Amino acid sequence: MAATSSGTAKVTLPADEQILITREFDAPKHLVYKAWTTPELVKRWWNAKRGEVTIAEIDLRVGGTWRYVMEADGGVEVGFHGEYREIVPDERIVSTEVYEGMPQPDDGPELGTLNTATFTEADGRTTLTVLVEAPSKEIRDAIIDSGMEAGMQDAMDLLEQVAISLR
Amino acid sequence: MTDMARAATTADAFNAVAEPRRRQILDALAGGERPVNDLVRLLGLAQPQVSKHLRVLREVGAVDVRSEGRQRLYRLNGQALKPIHDWVKNYERSWSERFDQLDVVLEELKEKEEVDGSDE
Repeated sequence: MAATSSGTAKVTLPADEQILITREFDAPKHLVYKAWTTPELVKRWWNAKRGEVTIAEIDLRVGGTWRYVMEADGGVEVGFHGEYREIVPDERIVSTEVYEGMPQPDDGPELGTLNTATFTEADGRTTLTVLVEAPSKEIRDAIIDSGMEAGMQDAMDLLEQVAISLR
Repeated sequence: MTDMARAATTADAFNAVAEPRRRQILDALAGGERPVNDLVRLLGLAQPQVSKHLRVLREVGAVDVRSEGRQRLYRLNGQALKPIHDWVKNYERSWSERFDQLDVVLEELKEKEEVDGSDE
């Protein structure tokens, strides 16, 4: 029952405010969609081997909300939440995403990204793309900064390495 | 740490490398130092456009320039690009780890579907 690895996720920066994640899976899209939208299944993969998903709430309808919380291996909790904006079953999910560790303005909408997950099937395999769009460069920068601080890991290593050249 | 992270992120480098033409220039310079004319020929763009992109890359420190005789030679400054490179790599690794685990979940769902004749 060894999983068929389909390679690493590919991350590109198609535009100033966009991050695009692409990955192919050896499964039909209705199953990828199911794993993406079922709380008990999300709990099994979303932690990225860096902790435990303690909360995965999904109210899968337009206007419904979602919230994931992970307790990282160091004991730090990181939470994300958002709202579903568009749902095409087995095809496409558009939702907002707010990182809860990021400072928010006192008034006005929360600062976050708009994420579009697209599931495309060919020959029984599914290509998943996730387009992460920030509403402005400033917010994108803040997200990058907070992502680094949340350390999805290695933030300090990274700072230490800044002095080292790529080549 | 916050300020250090901000300084190190060099958000401008993000802008600089997000532009496809500028990425082409960086790719070309990854192979070594080149004069502007080389880049103009490689990219098939007019010199003023190439110069404009090079100016943006210089401003964020992604490339350095030196004069040799009448030529202006550009080279990649990997150090300036390292924070953005590392951020993308870290982000990529995080998602790769998620997807590796998703592969396992999917294998189980596939097996279950074959047994049950349904995914429910």
